[in-house]
Amino acid sequence: MQDMGIQVLFEGINFSRLLAGLWVSLRLALISMVFSVALGIFMGMVMASRNKILTVLCRIYLETVRIMPQLVLLFLVYFGAARHLGIDISGELAAVIVFTFWGTAEMGDLVRNALISIPRHQYESGYSLGLTKAQVYRYIILPQTLRGLLPSGVNLLTRMIKTTSLVVLIGVVEVVKVGKQIIDASRYENPKAALWIYGTVFILYFAICFPISRLSIALEKRVKG
Amino acid sequence: MDYSFIVKYAPLYLEAAMLTIRIAACGIVGAFVVGIVCCLIRELRLPILSPLIQVYIELSRNTPLLIQLFFLYFGLPKVGIVLSSEACGIVGLIFLGGSYMAEGFRTGIDNVPGIQREAAYSLGLTKPQTFWRIILPQAVATSVPVFCANSIFLIKETSVFSAVALADLMYVTKDLIGLYYKTDEALTMLVISYLLILLPISLVSSWIERRVRYAGYGNTGTL
Amino acid sequence: MEQVILETAGLTKSFEQGAAVLKKIDFSIHQGEVVVIVGPSGCGKSTFLRCLNLLEEAEGDILLEGKIINKEKKNIHRYREQIGMVFQSYELFPHKTVLDNVTLAPLLVQKREKEEVRQEAEKLLSRVGLAEKAKSYPRQLSGGQKQRVAIVRALIMHPKVLLLDEITAALDPEMVREVLQVVLELAREGMTMVIVTHEMEFARAVADRVIFLDQGEIVEEEKPEEFFSYPKTDRAKKFLNTFHYEALEI
Repeated sequence: MQDMGIQVLFEGINFSRLLAGLWVSLRLALISMVFSVALGIFMGMVMASRNKILTVLCRIYLETVRIMPQLVLLFLVYFGAARHLGIDISGELAAVIVFTFWGTAEMGDLVRNALISIPRHQYESGYSLGLTKAQVYRYIILPQTLRGLLPSGVNLLTRMIKTTSLVVLIGVVEVVKVGKQIIDASRYENPKAALWIYGTVFILYFAICFPISRLSIALEKRVKG
Repeated sequence: MDYSFIVKYAPLYLEAAMLTIRIAACGIVGAFVVGIVCCLIRELRLPILSPLIQVYIELSRNTPLLIQLFFLYFGLPKVGIVLSSEACGIVGLIFLGGSYMAEGFRTGIDNVPGIQREAAYSLGLTKPQTFWRIILPQAVATSVPVFCANSIFLIKETSVFSAVALADLMYVTKDLIGLYYKTDEALTMLVISYLLILLPISLVSSWIERRVRYAGYGNTGTL
Repeated sequence: MEQVILETAGLTKSFEQGAAVLKKIDFSIHQGEVVVIVGPSGCGKSTFLRCLNLLEEAEGDILLEGKIINKEKKNIHRYREQIGMVFQSYELFPHKTVLDNVTLAPLLVQKREKEEVRQEAEKLLSRVGLAEKAKSYPRQLSGGQKQRVAIVRALIMHPKVLLLDEITAALDPEMVREVLQVVLELAREGMTMVIVTHEMEFARAVADRVIFLDQGEIVEEEKPEEFFSYPKTDRAKKFLNTFHYEALEI
């Protein structure tokens, strides 16, 4: 056991440092997700509307975000903003901006699909009962939409969490960065630290994403069933 | 904007783009093969292997590529498995993409009616024959849009390769920004490079998707 | 009496939950015989055919030419090859042309000569009036044409017995005839067949023997003229009455 190197995880506060590092990127994911959901619902309603100009604009926005790797977007905001706005924005802020920008587009698309998948008759039968437009949305359309939206929304959360791992590349001190520090610190007494640290980070991400994607699948089954 | 700078360093981007394309191509082909093999194993319900495939798929889909790469590049050498940056990128991409392809094909396979299998069995075809000749061709045809989407996804994922010291587009960009502070020029070339790679593929894939959706065997005569 | 081709002894099938779908069925069919199985929906007649083709696992024995075939899983395809089956929903392979659909199994399973198989396929296709459709894809055919191709696909394997599972149930009425015509001709030529159908007129015309299946049991087993004109049990009478509209109380 002595030369396996696994003890690096239990030395001092190493493990809790890793967890704290993980929380940094998780927090970024959660904050971006909250913004994305709020803005995405709005965008989805716009996209499902019959306003040609707005829907086309949203479409362009969606396709632009989709075609670029998120890391490129991160670079654009992180390096570009610093130069043009003359402000040094932190990596965290850049991350929240970019992931919200991306998440809103994805969420908007999900909301739009959910909205247009509701058959016209559902609106019509609502109106024929004498409900107002607001009532039709509140009591008939939105409940059905949200039901269908939940699984894909939860799925988007796992994608968000996986994607926030990128922030280490724009200098945010998160779990990978903390891992590197630990590896560097124990370079001499524990040359195999990298295996255990990165293995642990891998498992940690899995431990978070796996239950969430299971939840998404379970929700999906319930919606369909 | 310093255009002479752009002209001067354009070859650098071209080289980096070629690297990205090369690795992405290897990764996509590898992922395709891994995906089909996974499906075959699951279809035949091979003992031991089938549950292992399930574990692989969950591990691969529920972890970020970046972390997978760190483990491959920095972790594995500690147990004597040393991969070059490029090999690492390809292996990582296959590890990630294989599960996405497998899930895509599986959806395609699930969409083939079960009674097609029985029709093949009733003619005396064995299970593997039925899979290769009857189920897979139909599944692959309906999975073409998923395959395209996965390919685009994998190409985009290559953007993290700079983390394992591959001189890709991000790497070059970061270098130029760090060395010369030519932020605008470097970022512009970065965006243009990715657009040149991704836009044609994205257009082709949406064309294919429309074609697959509205056509079928016999309507076009090809496919 | 001719040789027994296919028989079952105490064939019992029950799904995971609930009662048995088939209860101790003893059945046999001789060389050249045509047996038609009728019965109300859910009586187990399709399940019975699927069991005969080893598509369902069941208790009891299934014997092909006196040899038990449902106990070993390994050679299951060797037996299926000798038992042809045609499905209600045709199940042609959509990614293959008509000709490829027909020649696939002879080439792959029986490893027969390519040229010989192609010639036989063309001969069979022209017999059912589809010679010019050889290069078409299933999607380009009508339901009746697809079903005729499916019959050819089964025939080219030279099966010892042919199982037809409600092969006209999914067809538009005007196409039923062209398919049944083919089956009648096969019967005349001495093809051994087990047929499940709802077409009572056809059953009467084609059958050497009619089996009335209800609630997983063989209730009556008769010559067709006997069964259709003088059913013995109340269950059979009640079943046959559903095909007479004058019996409806209005």
